[in-house]
Amino acid sequence: MFRFLVRRLAAIVPTLFFVSILIFGLQQLLPGDPAIAMAGEERDPNVVAYLRGKFHLDEPLPVRYGYWLKGVLHGDLGDSVRIQRPVSELIVEKLPVTIELALLAMTIAIVIGISAGIVSAVFKDTPVDYAANVFALWGLSTPNFWLGILLILLFAVKLGWLPASGYVSPFEDLRANLASMIMPAFVLGNAFAAVLMRHTRSAMLQVLSSDYVRTARAKGLDERVVVLRHALRNALTPVITLGALGLGELLSGAVLTEQVFSIPGFGKLIVDAVFNRDYLVVQGVVLFTATVYVTLNLVADIANVLVNPRMRG
Amino acid sequence: MAAAIPANGIAVPRELSPWQRALRRLVRRRGAMVGLAVVVFFVVLALFAPWISPYDPLATSWSAVRKAPGAAHYFGTDEIGRDVLARVIWGARASLMAGVISVSISLAIGVPIGLAAGYIGGWLDMLISRFTDAMLACPFLILAIALAAFLGPSLANAMIAIGIAATPIFIRLTRAQVLAVKVEDYIEAARAVGNSQLRIALRHVFPNIVAPLIVQATLAIAAAVIAEASLSFLGLGQQPPAPSWGSMLNTAKNYVDQAPWMAVWPGLSIFLLVLSFNLLGDGLRDALDPRHV
Amino acid sequence: MTVTRAAARIAAVLAATFTAAAFSQTTLRIGLAEDPDVLDPTLARTFVGRIVFAALCDKLVDIDEKLNIVPQLATSWEWSKDQKSLTMKIRPGVTFHDGEKLDANAVKFNIERHKTMQGSNRRGELAPVASVDVVDPMTVRLNLAAPFAPLLAQLADRSGMMVSPKAAQAAGEKFGAHPVCSGPFKFVDRVAQGRISLERFPNYWNKAAIHFDKVTYEPIVDSTVRLANLKSGQLDFIERVAPSDMPALKNDSKIKVARIVEIGYQGITFNINKSDLAQKHPAGKDARVREAFEAALDRDAIVQVAMEGEAVPGNQWVAPSNGWYAKNLPIPKRDVAKARKLLAEAGVPNPSFTLMTPTTSDAQRLAQVVQAMVAEAGFDVKIQATEFSTSLDLADKGQFEAYVLAWSGRADPDGNIYSHLVTKQPLDYSGYANPEFDKLITESRATNDTTQRAKLFAEAAALEHRDRPIVYLYHRHWLWAYTSKLSGFHMVPDGMVRLQNMRLAR
Repeated sequence: MFRFLVRRLAAIVPTLFFVSILIFGLQQLLPGDPAIAMAGEERDPNVVAYLRGKFHLDEPLPVRYGYWLKGVLHGDLGDSVRIQRPVSELIVEKLPVTIELALLAMTIAIVIGISAGIVSAVFKDTPVDYAANVFALWGLSTPNFWLGILLILLFAVKLGWLPASGYVSPFEDLRANLASMIMPAFVLGNAFAAVLMRHTRSAMLQVLSSDYVRTARAKGLDERVVVLRHALRNALTPVITLGALGLGELLSGAVLTEQVFSIPGFGKLIVDAVFNRDYLVVQGVVLFTATVYVTLNLVADIANVLVNPRMRG
Repeated sequence: MAAAIPANGIAVPRELSPWQRALRRLVRRRGAMVGLAVVVFFVVLALFAPWISPYDPLATSWSAVRKAPGAAHYFGTDEIGRDVLARVIWGARASLMAGVISVSISLAIGVPIGLAAGYIGGWLDMLISRFTDAMLACPFLILAIALAAFLGPSLANAMIAIGIAATPIFIRLTRAQVLAVKVEDYIEAARAVGNSQLRIALRHVFPNIVAPLIVQATLAIAAAVIAEASLSFLGLGQQPPAPSWGSMLNTAKNYVDQAPWMAVWPGLSIFLLVLSFNLLGDGLRDALDPRHV
Repeated sequence: MTVTRAAARIAAVLAATFTAAAFSQTTLRIGLAEDPDVLDPTLARTFVGRIVFAALCDKLVDIDEKLNIVPQLATSWEWSKDQKSLTMKIRPGVTFHDGEKLDANAVKFNIERHKTMQGSNRRGELAPVASVDVVDPMTVRLNLAAPFAPLLAQLADRSGMMVSPKAAQAAGEKFGAHPVCSGPFKFVDRVAQGRISLERFPNYWNKAAIHFDKVTYEPIVDSTVRLANLKSGQLDFIERVAPSDMPALKNDSKIKVARIVEIGYQGITFNINKSDLAQKHPAGKDARVREAFEAALDRDAIVQVAMEGEAVPGNQWVAPSNGWYAKNLPIPKRDVAKARKLLAEAGVPNPSFTLMTPTTSDAQRLAQVVQAMVAEAGFDVKIQATEFSTSLDLADKGQFEAYVLAWSGRADPDGNIYSHLVTKQPLDYSGYANPEFDKLITESRATNDTTQRAKLFAEAAALEHRDRPIVYLYHRHWLWAYTSKLSGFHMVPDGMVRLQNMRLAR
């Protein structure tokens, strides 16, 4: 167990190192002089020169990487040029928003996905199966931004039930916060619901046709008990792993959803920063989320091994 | 793999090969068949666009700006007078290409790398795995956006960006499959007989890992079509005046009140195509993986 | 009922009354089209940031809807006889949000901060100011190296914004995180990329004109979503409504719309001298090709189709309704025959060039319409969609042939001309280098005589027309929409939202 842990921990370091190179490279290689992009409308040559100096833009790539990495290892992710605030401060400010959105989306995904998976498995190959399938898949089959806009037009403009966009802190007004988050969480969770549905369905089918369940049925156990207690339990075991995977998917989907709904989370931060060439923001946030993702994966692996020692491999 | 011949030499009816059995299972699954039919429909639409399309998708007309669907324009016209039906038909090309070519790129790069990592192992495997982990740790859309911004806004670059961003999934899948198959008896046998590593990899390992790759590829095509639409939302996909459903939807969202037909048709098309690929992929998974029956 | 119960009841009622009173505060909720950058007038570099500044930071002078300079923090001013110094009298009784007084020393501090702070974006704007003298506690004198007519217009924008010296010195370069100015509203907080909240400054010198307790600015990039917020009642006011949304809003009784012509322009810049590429494409090499290009354009149709009529056609750096417009150079009518003739003369009947177009929907629509239009005269224009930041870089390096570029505009026409067309200026993407032109513009800066300046601008416009480094197409309408409960909105062509005299009915 200990050796397993050490091995897995050791794997994280090179992974994160590669992440840092990957995201640094992607940002620095973006066409366009960042200093010009950051210098504003008037393009004052003094400002451009100042920015070039401040961000060592005239030095070779590896040197710039060195400056950045050194800062990261000291906990300094740099500053956002556009709004003149430290990246780490921005991360701390936006983390709760992103986490709340991810949790709400995950909840919706679980509710829709798992129930659709159960229904689909139990009523396999009947119209109910297909209906559940389509229901879970439709979230995956529509672009996020489009679904978001349709929902806004329906629920905010036509019906007036929910706010069209924007974000209110839960500490300020919990009801308004939930009202502002429910549509984006739904849009996000929808897509992941399909992943959960597929998994639940296949895991349940696997169990439902196994000897163990056949025995339970032969014993005369109520079908519902069979389904819920035995098959479902098997289906839920890898949920931990899926949860970690889900975070990555959700963050990807959040990029556009946050744009459309004006939720000030990581997704919107990164996209705006890419287009404004505010590259320290992109690098810092992606490195942060990658670290979280990798850590969650590690936790999931450990949990899986604890639950199921055969998986130690 | 030939049918087994029993030791007592009595002829028995030929068993179906695993592929034929899988096909039977697939056909039986109605959702997958509907999906396949829709996909074929759109492929035909895309291939025969020049002959089916009622108008030139690029032909503007100042007098016919945003006309509602009618006799002259079955799907209506867009904000600079182009026929929406024509653009939807031609847009099928762009969207299908976005899906298929992106995934082809992912397969072309990902499968050989995954094969190498899984089969050769050692430090090469470690290097590849860590780099794949790193790519997977970055949100897919962020990678795609950064790559597309790097290459420049165009459909071709969007396809490359999506393809590259989706590659790690195939590397990981291929590698996992190779690791599972590597320890099978027939590989041992092939090695014992003296086949070269390359021959083993291509003739024995590869055919046995193809099934999950096909499934993943189908599902990835669905995701790629959505990804192109998402990139178009940010201005990075197919550029005007050439049509793609994603960029049409992006333009149309500004006119949802005055000209809903501009959005309805491309939106419906994306939905149907992507849903169909998803259904087909799920069906293939059921059919090809005997454990999932 | 026990005593405690009664007391609790009374307390509850009192609490309800007080909270009701608290909730009867008026908040104006404004939707912005982008997220503003840093809220420090010295470092700020975006248009949208100026909208927030309109409520947060007062300036020395302001402009009215006719672009005349009117007093704000300065009550009067006077040029010296040699036009090389400007003496300004400061309004008495003005305090900053932190209680510090606005006086001549504060003004001097601010001008020097604009000029010397690291990363300041105002240095170029205030370059002509050599020094600032404190004449007396409420009078300040700006000394110029040479006469500079556009100075007052500069002082009507960020260069004239005054921040509290005490707060600025204490915060250093972090000032923008918590700005302290002297405008009608003071800074409360800001969620990065989210809401900016301001609240009324009780000691504002013009407090009678302010009728809100709070103002919030919410950046919502997508215009459809921004409008949805207004329609659903979550916002009271939005800026930059999409032209395509305007017709429907006319019929909406709950929403009012406002429009005014901007002081900027939308045009196509040709690379005629910026790099070697200029000589490699027909439109860069030969002015006749550019003339043919212009002749093939029907600006009215462009405005109709690309902008839904929410723009006015134009062919100069200011709109035809602007006082500085040279009336002897009117907008030409479309003449495809003339275009073809010119192309034949130039020996290129089918010129082909690439039009670099930013990926914004306005620019794309415009490019497509233009492409189709000039095709009738034989032009083969290829649209090259380029991400905005990249396009700026390419333009700077001269790596383009033609570029769809808009300019937000400045109150003084010099702001629309100098940086863009004078030799080697930062925004001279066309590479235009005409010493005669430069001389005219430099002279126009050196005199405050409007008649003289108008004459010089007209001569310069004639030169621009002959050489056509930029083909001006139109001047957009600033489009605002707001709830019908709001009244008193005063439209100014600079696109700012000035909160004075605006009122929100219950």
